[in-house]
Amino acid sequence: MRVVNGLIDWVDARLPVVNTYKKHMSEYYAPKNFNFWYYFGVLSMVVLVNQLLTGIWLTMFFSPNEGFQSVEYIMRDVQWGWLIRYMHAVGASAFFAVVYIHMFRGLMYGSYKPPRELVWIFGMLIYVALMAEGFLGYVLPWGNMSYWGAQVIISLAGAIPFDVIPFIDANDAKEIGEALTTWVRGDYLLSTATVNKFFALHVVAIPLVLVALVFLHILALHEVGSNNPDGVEIKKNKDENGIPKDGIPFHPYYTVKDLPGVIIFMMVFAVVIFYFPTGGGYLIEKPNFAPADPLKTPDHIAPVWYYGPYYAMLRATTIDWFISSKAWGLIAMGGAIAILFLLPWLDRHPVKSIRYKGLLSKITLALFVVDFLILGYLGTQPATGLAKTVAQIGTVYYFLFFIVILPFGHRFEKSKPVPERVTGGH
Amino acid sequence: MSNDGVNTSRRTFLIGLTSAIGAAGAVGLAVPFVKSWLPSAKAENAGAPVQVDISKLELGQRVVQEWRGQPVWVVNRTEKMLEGLSQIEGSLRDPGSEEDQQPPYAKNQWRSIKKEYLVLIGTCTHLGCSPLYEQEPTVQLDHGGFFCPCHGSMFDLAGRVYQGVPAPTNLVVPPHSYLSESVIIVGSEEGETQA
Repeated sequence: MRVVNGLIDWVDARLPVVNTYKKHMSEYYAPKNFNFWYYFGVLSMVVLVNQLLTGIWLTMFFSPNEGFQSVEYIMRDVQWGWLIRYMHAVGASAFFAVVYIHMFRGLMYGSYKPPRELVWIFGMLIYVALMAEGFLGYVLPWGNMSYWGAQVIISLAGAIPFDVIPFIDANDAKEIGEALTTWVRGDYLLSTATVNKFFALHVVAIPLVLVALVFLHILALHEVGSNNPDGVEIKKNKDENGIPKDGIPFHPYYTVKDLPGVIIFMMVFAVVIFYFPTGGGYLIEKPNFAPADPLKTPDHIAPVWYYGPYYAMLRATTIDWFISSKAWGLIAMGGAIAILFLLPWLDRHPVKSIRYKGLLSKITLALFVVDFLILGYLGTQPATGLAKTVAQIGTVYYFLFFIVILPFGHRFEKSKPVPERVTGGH
Repeated sequence: MSNDGVNTSRRTFLIGLTSAIGAAGAVGLAVPFVKSWLPSAKAENAGAPVQVDISKLELGQRVVQEWRGQPVWVVNRTEKMLEGLSQIEGSLRDPGSEEDQQPPYAKNQWRSIKKEYLVLIGTCTHLGCSPLYEQEPTVQLDHGGFFCPCHGSMFDLAGRVYQGVPAPTNLVVPPHSYLSESVIIVGSEEGETQA
């Protein structure tokens, strides 16, 4: 024991190990009233580790020059390769599932409001990096939906209606969009040049960015302290030692609380991996079991479920006003994501948590969740007739929620008094 | 000038100058990284424009050339075929070629530069099958046209799509131009694009 202590002292004199451990674990005081919704932050970390580990292993067997064949090789010939690949593919969907719930938690309890704006911004950057990572990763197996999905997404850049800018002048391209698509593809059509590029971005560039952003997200959180279901600042009530009266040390209290949550999550995750790895075509789409074929378009090109809401908004935009409806669609899709960054400044409600907001806030938030789910479903379905009209209404409500309801809604409702101290917990 | 006095304006100037030169260097260094994403010489060769000799193309005949992995058709339309184009406009989805499926110089009633020579990318705008060339009138196409065997989409002899078929838009006219009276270059507008 003396040897161990001596070693710790030696290191600690050269690196702030003990201080860091105290600051972020044993003396990080989190509110004592965390509930079910507070599992999903740690679950995102668990899935991130799963993606990194299985991802590193998959690169050992994958070759971007023969994407489809090497995925088949992993599935059929590599020992336990099928498990590693399904952990990675299902992990991608699990990542979005837990992140969406994590974001909903923030929306419910006002976790983005001052002083936690930067926590939210870093979280949003993680979300955007994750969407890029998911898209790049979906192209790699070079199945037919990889090909046509990439075709649709890359050609979105073709909607930019301006003249070529000089530095990416791709031969005879006439517009920025056309030059950009050639630049991204590295060819005049989607080819192995594209897959190689996406592979590098998917396994090196974006993961580096992701890990750095997760680090900043947590650093920023620990600087200002966690919010809680009551939206009460626990730092306002401290005891004589300067410790928040409603706070408990993250370790051991929340590490122990999180552990059962992680175990239950892993059980659900395992059930999906072993029994529904393709999720009925929602996690891995059916056309992706055939190799990429430029001459055979799938009957219906749909994104994976987690892009559904934005894809629905892209297609729902059908007005031709000044610029083409395709360009407006791009603006609607980009705007739907960009507006989330502004959330801390759009929400001008004096009350943080939904618990003490009025009825209007509760109803509009519930509607927003339903709206997001419906848009998500519609994004994976053909855009015809009624589905299109519903998607258009859904798109309008999505923006209405952020631009009208969040900034002004509080004027039309009566909020309940917010308590001085957190409620619940022991 | 004393040794302990700090010339702040000179400092500010030097910091600004160093930053500006550093930024210029960073932009210069970015160029090779950005440019490496463009098509390689190999890809450029494979995607180079292709020339089509039309001097031996007989009236009503079609030739097929590959360009960037796609079949490109050149059809020498007869006077009778051209007359047929105006008679069926009522049954077409986009007779005026409003959808952006052709370069501006081919947005006319024949969807071509010279009215007899039709240049098209020969893949159906529905699911990418290659339609069949119906030179003579058939049961469905009473003035001839293109018929897609996969899902029954029909196009007239200007590549314009009929109503009530799965294909949503007209066939694509690729960028092309005339190097001379008898040579069309597909994928390049270096030649003549006016009739």
